[in-house]
Amino acid sequence: MTAVELSEDLVRNLRGFAEGAYPEECCGFLLSTDGDGRAAARCRIVDAEPAPNEAEGERRRRFAIAPGELRAAEERAARRGREVRGFYHSHPDHPARPSQIDQDHAWPWYTYVVLSIGLDGIPGEIGAFELDPSRREFRALPLRVLPRPGPSAPASG
Amino acid sequence: MAKATVKVPQPLRPFIGGSPEIVLEGETVGAIVRGLSNAHPALRAHLFTTDGRLKSYVSIFLNESEIRTLQREATPVSDGDVISIVPAIAGGSGANEHARRRAAEPAAPAATPFTADELKRYSRHLLLPEVGVKGQRLLRRAKVLLVGTGGLGAPAALYLAAAGVGEIGLVDFDRVDLSNLQRQVLYTTPDVGRPKLAAAKERLERLNPGVAVVPHEVHLTSANALDVLRPYDVVLDGTDNFPTRYLVNDACVLLGKPNVYGSIYRFEGQVSVFDARHGPCYRCLYPEPPPADLVPSCAEAGVLGVLPGVVGALQATEAVKLLLGIGEPLVGRLLLYDALAMRFRELTLRKDPECALCSPHATQTGLIDYPAFCGVPEPGTEAGGVPEVTPEELRAALDSSEPPLLVDVREAPERSISNIAGSLPIPKGELPERVDELTRARSVVVYCRSGVRSADAARTLLGLGFANVRSLKGGINAWAERVDPSLPTY
Repeated sequence: MTAVELSEDLVRNLRGFAEGAYPEECCGFLLSTDGDGRAAARCRIVDAEPAPNEAEGERRRRFAIAPGELRAAEERAARRGREVRGFYHSHPDHPARPSQIDQDHAWPWYTYVVLSIGLDGIPGEIGAFELDPSRREFRALPLRVLPRPGPSAPASG
Repeated sequence: MAKATVKVPQPLRPFIGGSPEIVLEGETVGAIVRGLSNAHPALRAHLFTTDGRLKSYVSIFLNESEIRTLQREATPVSDGDVISIVPAIAGGSGANEHARRRAAEPAAPAATPFTADELKRYSRHLLLPEVGVKGQRLLRRAKVLLVGTGGLGAPAALYLAAAGVGEIGLVDFDRVDLSNLQRQVLYTTPDVGRPKLAAAKERLERLNPGVAVVPHEVHLTSANALDVLRPYDVVLDGTDNFPTRYLVNDACVLLGKPNVYGSIYRFEGQVSVFDARHGPCYRCLYPEPPPADLVPSCAEAGVLGVLPGVVGALQATEAVKLLLGIGEPLVGRLLLYDALAMRFRELTLRKDPECALCSPHATQTGLIDYPAFCGVPEPGTEAGGVPEVTPEELRAALDSSEPPLLVDVREAPERSISNIAGSLPIPKGELPERVDELTRARSVVVYCRSGVRSADAARTLLGLGFANVRSLKGGINAWAERVDPSLPTY
C-alpha cells in the first residue's frame, strides 16, 4: 500500500491552517513531484496550498473546493513541475477519519489527508486515506511524518 | 463538426489508457463528453448518474468557463476549444455524525488554567515549542492504560506520571516479589508482598498528585478487555505472555486505539507502535504465536535489569508523542535494541494485506480464546490436567521404599541457586532427545521453578508414553517454603 510522506514542517503548516480556520473546516491542495505515483510505494507530499472553503451553509462540518480553484491550482503546480496529488481538510471536534460524506464525494487516485482539531482548537491526529477504485471503501494509508533533514535526523533502515 | 481537446483529470486517466488529454469531434460539449464516456464505459460511472445526468461533483469547463454558466451540455464547440473535466472536491466531518457526537458527549469543560505549581512542575515541557501550554493541556486531558506493571510498565508509569498524563490506568493482579526489585523500579523493598497496584498507585500519586491512577486488578480476558481498554487514548503493552499480548493487540485494533508495544528477552528488546488505522498491527508481524514453550519468560530465561528500563522508557516516549501529536511515531517500524552490542536497529513493518484482523479481508471481528490460540493452559490452571504432586507428598514419596526419579527441567544457571538433592538435571528443551535416561524409572516427578515448565515437561513425557509422571506443584519455590526452608526462593 502506498505510504504517504509529509515533512514535519508541512504537518505543522497543515495544523496551523486547521487552527486558523477553527471552528470551520479548512481545505486545500497537496502537491507532489512524484509524477504518476500510483505504482510507487510512497507518495511524498512536498507542499500544501490552502483553498477557500466554498461549502454553502455549514462550513463547520462541510468543505468544498470550487472546480475553478482546482483547475488553477493544477496549472500553477504544472508550471513548477508539480502536480495536485490530493487534498487536505480538517474535522473540527471530530476524529481524523473519513466520514460518509467524505467517501461519497471522494475520487480514486487522489490522496486525502484529514486532520482532527480538538474542542478548544488544539490540533489532534492526522490520517491519510484513498478511495478504493470500486468506491466501496475509503482505506487508510500509512502516513509517515519525516523529520526535518539535518544532523539530528535519526538514521533509518 | 468541431475538433476539441478534452483534458481528463488524473483519477480518470486510467480509464482512457492513461493519457492526460484526447482530441474528439462533436457539435456540443455534451455530445463530446458523452461520446468519450460511451467509448470508455468505465468512465461513465464517475461522470454520470445512473439516470444519465452529469454528476453534481463533476464540473466541465469550456476553455475558461464552467458550462453551467454557459448553455450547459448544449454549449456549442468550435475548433481548437479545450474542454476540461474537473472533479469537484468536497467532504467534511458530516452534519449528522457531528450532531450525534455532540449529543452523545457532554460539552467539554473549559480548560482549567495551570496553577503556579503546575507551571513550575512542567516548566521544562512548557519551554519546548512542540509541547508548550497546549501540549501540556493535551497530556493533562489524556488517558493511558498500562497493561502489566512489571519491568516495562514500571518505568513507563513513572515517566508518564512525571510528564503529567492526566489519567493512568494500571492492569495487574500480582504482588510485589523480592525478585521484581532488580528491574521494577516502581516498587521498593518495603513493598514486597503488597499488591502491585496498591504500591504503584501510592508511588505514582506521591510523584505527581495531579495524576489520577486507576487500578484494574484483573486478569485481562476476552470477556473484560474491551471494557477495560475503551476509555483510554493510548494502550501500552507491557505484558509478559503471548495470550495477553494478542488480546491487547486485537482489542486495540477493534477499538481503533494505538498500542505501544514493547518486549524484552535477556539482553534484547523490541519496541513498535501498532496502530491499525495507520499501519500494521501485531498480527501483521506475527500472524500466529510461536509454540508455547519456545519463548521462555523472564522468570525462566532471566533478564538484564536495566533492559526493561530502556524499553519501557522508549514506550513512554512513544505514548507521549502520540498524545501530543508530535514527531514521527514508531508506526510501521520495529525498533530492535541489543544491550550487549549496544546497538539499535530498525525494521520496516508492512501491513499484511491478508491480516486476519486489520485488513479489508479480516476474518476475525471480535475477541477469541487467547490461551487456546497460543496453545497454553488457562491462567490459574498451569498444570492443565497434568497430574501433580505437592511438596509434602514428594517428600513422603522420596522417603518411601520406591522413590520416584526426580528430574530437574530447569536451565543450568537456576540450579546454582537452589536444588533438590538427588535430582537428575535435564533442561526441558533437551527432554525429548534424552528420554532414554528415564526409561528404567518406575515413576517420574519433574520440577522447575514454579511448576509451569514442569507441567509442560510432564505433558511431553505423557505424550511419549510414560504412564507414571507427575509435576511438582509450585516448583522448587514451593518445596523451599514448605519442606526445605534452608533453600532460597527466586
